[in-house]
Amino acid sequence: MKLQAITDMLRGDRQADRVVPPSGHTAWLTSFTAAAMTFLAVFALALSLASGRLAERWGDALARSATIRISAPAGQMDAQTRAVLEVLSTTPGVEQARAMTDAEQRALLEPWFGPDLPLDALPIPRLIEVTEDGSGYDSEGLRQRLAAEAPGAVLDDHTRWRKPLALAAGRLRLLGMTSILLIGATMAAMITLAANAALAANAQVIRVLRLVGARDVYIARAFVRRFTLRTLGGSAVGAGVGLIGVAFLPSADVAGGFLTGLGFQGAGWLLPFLLPPLAASVAFFATRFAAFRKLKELT
Amino acid sequence: MIAFENVAYSYGGGELLSEVSLRLAPGSFHFLTGPSGAGKSTLLKLCYAELLPTAGRVTLFDREVRSLSRDEVAMMRRRIGVVHQDCQFLDHLPLAANVTLPGMVSGRHSVMADLEDLLNWVGLAKLADALPPQLSGGERQRAAVARAVIMSPDVVLADEPTGNLDWEMSLRLLTLLVELNKMGKTILIATHDLNLIRAAKQQVPARVLRIAKRRVQLAGADL
Repeated sequence: MKLQAITDMLRGDRQADRVVPPSGHTAWLTSFTAAAMTFLAVFALALSLASGRLAERWGDALARSATIRISAPAGQMDAQTRAVLEVLSTTPGVEQARAMTDAEQRALLEPWFGPDLPLDALPIPRLIEVTEDGSGYDSEGLRQRLAAEAPGAVLDDHTRWRKPLALAAGRLRLLGMTSILLIGATMAAMITLAANAALAANAQVIRVLRLVGARDVYIARAFVRRFTLRTLGGSAVGAGVGLIGVAFLPSADVAGGFLTGLGFQGAGWLLPFLLPPLAASVAFFATRFAAFRKLKELT
Repeated sequence: MIAFENVAYSYGGGELLSEVSLRLAPGSFHFLTGPSGAGKSTLLKLCYAELLPTAGRVTLFDREVRSLSRDEVAMMRRRIGVVHQDCQFLDHLPLAANVTLPGMVSGRHSVMADLEDLLNWVGLAKLADALPPQLSGGERQRAAVARAVIMSPDVVLADEPTGNLDWEMSLRLLTLLVELNKMGKTILIATHDLNLIRAAKQQVPARVLRIAKRRVQLAGADL
């Protein structure tokens, strides 16, 4: 039944379209609403996708890495570093372990202490970067072995701060998806209101059509087709403008934080093109529902 | 074809029609008379299910109107041509499109073939492209009659179809309705025009119904 309605709508009926007066304030209201809502939906989609990427990056990358911090007197630093690396090389689940160079540690501290940090003169702990393989390692067992072999070594598997970050990113993604749903619902409500207004304004037309034997589906089709096409057009404009806006956002770079990564990547650029047909579907069902209900009220 | 059994219709707390029983047989020709406000238009509206009776049964083509779905009412109306007293049209469509509207909504585009002849008969051929607001009251009435008969419906219901017409045009429209009746169509005309009734009775065995005191009676031979 619905499929038939959709194919009828796509096929169109020039004569049926003519029975409804061609213009009215609902025309631009529908197109404008569709354009504005789709524009917002493009950004919500970009936000959601970026949050997803962020959650994935933080979740995966941080989950698969750990840091061992060695705080020891200068004379014992090298020995403890070697001991830790030895322990790690025999630990199942550790794919790779390496001590960070002075230059790398200086680069890490540069944002806070500047480029001329005298690393040798300061009691900076040695950092060892650990990458685990797919199976993972027993962190508690590793801690006990480190305590025995290198008392100054402390294992930080990032759990403490990775979890809230991943959770925040996940929530942000959820927020983005919720925004898209709300935008869709708002658009449906606005289009329903506009359709109701159009039907009420054309009460006389509807009365005449019913009088000469028009079925509700015939009358509704003329309104549904018009609102669906207006929504499709408005939504296409909104999606186009939204895509241009996203394309002109600053691009992500190495130092970029979250905001500079707000955009589409790869096949993600195709997703906004789904919004106009989606908006048209929302308009189709919203107008159809409104039309049948209003027709019963009017005649 | 159309039957009323003890039908009553109340409006605004008062009863407009009461205990109305009548039967419009296929091929019959009836006039409906009565004073203004007696309920002639209401009775016609009951005949095409625009109104539902508050009591009793109205049967259209052997179906009780209360049992009809909205789609079924629409399908019934395709078999009934109605001339409204206020001649409702779609003001944004030209006259020709308005007259062929019943064919348009029912998918019977073949009615276009009869359009020219029909508009010629009712004297509106030159106004085919005019919009309804540009028409006079008489022209609108003639257009309403053309729209009511273009599908060659089984029943034609007309509410004061000649109210704004001169006698010559009234007779012309009457001839059209009489010809339809001779083809087996059922005709019911609500009118005050006694001359029109007399003219019709010379051509067809028309019966006259009179609404008085909320009831419908068969009028006497004085008409």
